Amino acid sequence: MTKYLFYPGCSMDASARAYNDSLMAIRDPLGLELEEIQDWNCCGATEYLGISVTPAYALISRNLALASKQANGSHTVVASCSACYLNLTKADHHMAKQPDMGERVNQALSAGGLHYTPGSLQIRHLLDVIVNDVGLDHVKSKVVKPLQGLRVAPYLGCMIPRPDYSGRLSDHEYPNELDRLLRALGAEVIDFPLKTACCGGHIPQISPATAFDLLRRLISAAAQYNADMMVTVCPMCQLNLDAYQGEMNRFFNTKYHMPVVFFTQLVGLAFGFDAAKLGFGKELVNPRPALEKIGVEVPQPEETKARQKKVKKTGLPMPVMPGDEEVSE
Amino acid sequence: MTAEIQPESNGMEKIGVYVCHCGSNIAGTVDVADVAKWAGKKLKGRGVVIARDYKFMCSSLGQELIEKDIKELGLTRVVVAACSPHLHEKTFRTASERAGLNPYLCELVSIREQVSWVHTDKVAATAKSKAVISGGVERVIHHEPLEPLHVPIHPATLVVGGGIAGIQSALELADAGYQVYLVEREPSIGGHMAQFDKTFPTLDCSACILTPKMVSVGMHPNIKLLSWSEVTKVDGYVGNFTVTIRKKARYVNEELCTGCAICQEKCPKKVIDTVFEAGLGYRKAVYTPFPQAVPKFPVVDRPNCTYFQKGTCKACEKFCPTGAIDFTQEDQYITVPVGNIILATGYDLFDARRISRYGYGRLANVFTSLEFERLSNAAGPTNGNIVLRDGVTVPKSVGIVHCVGSRDRNFNNYCSVICCMQGLKFAHLVRERTGATVYNFYIDMRTAFKGYDEFYQRFLEEGTLFVRGKVAEITDAARLPGEEGKLIVQVEDTLAGKQRRIPLDMVILSAGLEPRFDSKEVAKLFGISCSADGWFIEKHPKLDPVATMTEGVFIAGCVQGPKDIPASVAQGAAASARVLGRIQQGEIALEPVRASVDETKCSGCRICNNLCPFNAIIFHEDRMVTEINPALCQGCGTCVAACPAGAISGTGFSNEQILSQIEGLLLLNLEMEPVPA
Amino acid sequence: MTTASLETQTQGLENPHLSFLEEVSEATAGESRLDMCIQCGTCGGSCPSGADMDHTPRQLFAMIRAGMREEVLRSNTPWMCVSCYYCTVRCPQEIQITDVMYTLKNMAIQSKLFKEATAPDFSQTFIGMVENFGRSFELGLASVHYLKHFPLRLPGMMPMIVGLLSRKRIVLAPHRIEGMDQLKTILARAKELEGQS
Repeated sequence: MTKYLFYPGCSMDASARAYNDSLMAIRDPLGLELEEIQDWNCCGATEYLGISVTPAYALISRNLALASKQANGSHTVVASCSACYLNLTKADHHMAKQPDMGERVNQALSAGGLHYTPGSLQIRHLLDVIVNDVGLDHVKSKVVKPLQGLRVAPYLGCMIPRPDYSGRLSDHEYPNELDRLLRALGAEVIDFPLKTACCGGHIPQISPATAFDLLRRLISAAAQYNADMMVTVCPMCQLNLDAYQGEMNRFFNTKYHMPVVFFTQLVGLAFGFDAAKLGFGKELVNPRPALEKIGVEVPQPEETKARQKKVKKTGLPMPVMPGDEEVSE
Repeated sequence: MTAEIQPESNGMEKIGVYVCHCGSNIAGTVDVADVAKWAGKKLKGRGVVIARDYKFMCSSLGQELIEKDIKELGLTRVVVAACSPHLHEKTFRTASERAGLNPYLCELVSIREQVSWVHTDKVAATAKSKAVISGGVERVIHHEPLEPLHVPIHPATLVVGGGIAGIQSALELADAGYQVYLVEREPSIGGHMAQFDKTFPTLDCSACILTPKMVSVGMHPNIKLLSWSEVTKVDGYVGNFTVTIRKKARYVNEELCTGCAICQEKCPKKVIDTVFEAGLGYRKAVYTPFPQAVPKFPVVDRPNCTYFQKGTCKACEKFCPTGAIDFTQEDQYITVPVGNIILATGYDLFDARRISRYGYGRLANVFTSLEFERLSNAAGPTNGNIVLRDGVTVPKSVGIVHCVGSRDRNFNNYCSVICCMQGLKFAHLVRERTGATVYNFYIDMRTAFKGYDEFYQRFLEEGTLFVRGKVAEITDAARLPGEEGKLIVQVEDTLAGKQRRIPLDMVILSAGLEPRFDSKEVAKLFGISCSADGWFIEKHPKLDPVATMTEGVFIAGCVQGPKDIPASVAQGAAASARVLGRIQQGEIALEPVRASVDETKCSGCRICNNLCPFNAIIFHEDRMVTEINPALCQGCGTCVAACPAGAISGTGFSNEQILSQIEGLLLLNLEMEPVPA
Repeated sequence: MTTASLETQTQGLENPHLSFLEEVSEATAGESRLDMCIQCGTCGGSCPSGADMDHTPRQLFAMIRAGMREEVLRSNTPWMCVSCYYCTVRCPQEIQITDVMYTLKNMAIQSKLFKEATAPDFSQTFIGMVENFGRSFELGLASVHYLKHFPLRLPGMMPMIVGLLSRKRIVLAPHRIEGMDQLKTILARAKELEGQS
């Protein structure tokens, strides 16, 4: 079991209940010991930074200071929500790069008896930890019910690949981490062109028209590629795409039915857990029709093919992409 | 122009000190008159018989002052306090030589770059100048008359790289009557220019203007063409290089091959040609890259050859009418002597797969510039038909993206020079061949040379749609009606001030130019410098673009930085002109500043042997002493410093000279006894 | 620039000679590189919400360089920014565009020049919750915000609200952290220090 300090974020108890439930189910098979940071507070999402800088970073770094104190033998903080992840890394990064700002933040923290030394903790996203620390070989070894036949659109959202100060993901715009994980579960992963396009964040609360358009772009692209469902890594993305899909349909007079689930839920399904234990049923857009496709016992699948080129054999050759040599991870 | 004339000094050197004002460059910060006066007075006891100051010592009048004093006062040493030796050491040494004094008895000390340009405190600067001159005086006392080393120049030249720059270079030298070895790593010469369809701004067919030159090279009696070869070792120095070349095995006997190409026809193994066809077309495992290849001999691509990999086939051997296929051939190493080397190894195209948001490699109908050249070329994989990746459909709308991988700190900071003109050329070719609507997406339109802006005007008239905006992304995710099944270019039209989504059938990326992937290793092989980017460094970016800091090695073409064909040709010819000048002179004078070993002091410890960066040190086993080859030695001083016995001394930088200079700088000499000559 | 706007610009600034561009650069965490802009338009081309902005990010930077302080701070552009960082990772001059957007939000609030009321208001309400409970409280936030700004949307949102409630994805009461006093102290001190910076 590898130990991590866990920062759940405000959504895990509420709107991202399913993410929480599924994560708790799969952590043992994955060998992840996630110790919650005691008495953590909200990271401020994208709201505080727009008002004033020092209080915003002080709010975020209280969590980093508490994590440092907790010292359970781990120096790695794992966040499951992309916005929380970005805020924690941003605070750490900027406190180091702008020492006078870092000083001010520590002065504020010391008023509460806390201190954080930038660079002393490593901050990672849950997806990164599962793919790179646990490793896909281990994940594959725990798969008992491969998701063969399920066409999924991997959707990472914008905050995990960008700005990515520590360079943890393979690319800023088309990273392959989630693709490889889903393929390891036996699912058919579509080459989703908008995999890191923004869901809008808090825009539904500011400008509904803009928000609905952003959502429609994503959902229509997934539908264009005949995806059965979209798979996300961020509570905000899931909430926006799932909860607002109905309103979006009414706004544009469309009839999309694109279920949006968390990647941990699919990991759980592949590991053989019962769907109800993984938070299925909490979505507003019902994923059951899609899941029925794979509800039946399937024989050992053959190796799933890598991303397919949309060129017939008679045409001109395509350049070979670096990832194409990997057939399946 | 004050002067202090001293009576005849006894048994000492007669030193003349000349302090330059350099206008106000030095005189503005240093009190030059005072310094000259001080030198004449205080250093009289050290041998200074005259000290002058003058407005511009490097002018003819300034030089004449020195020459006159040498002749009339019988000066035996000269110290000039002025600018950096990099600039005028040669000037004053030549002046001294004209007056009959050995040039190496003249020393230039810098009171500009090292004093007036770096200090603002006038009092301190004046005092420092005095110290600097005092150091120079002490040093020059220990100078000895030296003669430059004359080495012969071998009349043969090595040209590395058979692209247009290399070809031009080789032809100029060969036509002048001298031997050239032209080494090319691909099976044929021609370089990138052979891949193009048309060239800007004349829209000449590239192959039509290139192939006559290629043929001349192939047939020239003075050019030994070594294609499918690489240089592996370079020994020696200017005028006397010994170059080892690896001739890779072609597995084809050049004596017997007639170039009939039956082997290529019969070969069953098809391979994607990633070099000449830019990955868009196929060739066989035995191949010539293109029909007009020079030389005409094909090459067997061993990693892809069925015989070499599996032991079967040999179709080429069976069908060859002259029995020219020889699978037993091995790489050959030859060594040639040359006097000069010209490097013209060209560029590599930026790998557009690195920009994921442009979709190259994921989206079928995004092409790079080289891929498009092959599409457009009548001898290319589609016979000159501009079609989509399916090989059949003619596009109705095409977008051309400028600045791909250039002018971008995320990839390459510099501008690749040719992409704007290339983008315009593509706009025209697409329009002409397909009648499609064409968009060019640019940040700035860089059309600087003769006929270039007129080229731009022409396509404005032709109806090309220009959008000023760096393309943000190219996607196939449709959002608006009319976008399904198309490639959408999303860009801010900065002149109109709004974000636009433009659906197109095909997008061409005008990718930037990069140094060759192995440019750093190649630079090291030839002993020249290479910038952090990988471009080879010229001696002076403004005034000497084809020479390098290494004597005898020249550079021409894109290896020095991105440029168009006329500039490459000009540089190729320029490099040859420089080499011809050397060859004509027959010999070159090398600076005599080099190290030598006092054998009586050498204990044979050999510590110095492995330190020499120029392989100039020889060890004599029989006598157990080290000797330094004066021709190879560049006078870097490493061995001098390393020798524990102090047995190695540098002419022009002996221990005596340096220590004296230090004493002079510290003004310790003012207390000392006069030094007899 | 009229004398009047010159006065507005110099009011409240320590150094009245700082141009607007410098002001924005200084206020941004890290090195903004805003002066390196070549107006290529990559940011404007990449922005997902660009079509709904008064000015594209690129236009805004041109305006900042022209010293058009009031127009810039009144623009809705920073408020429509979704913080997706496309512009930042794509900018060929490595300008920290998203961070500049946050700075412009700060400056707009401080100068009270923003005309887009919904976004800053939403942020203030959110922060209000966090400053009281230490955690965000969606139900509280949504009620206050929608009643104030989009009351007419509420009926259309009922299916969603009911759906989320019945699936227990909205909690009915806020969760208060134990160290609330500690957090309050920290934030108070932070605000003091911000005022001094």
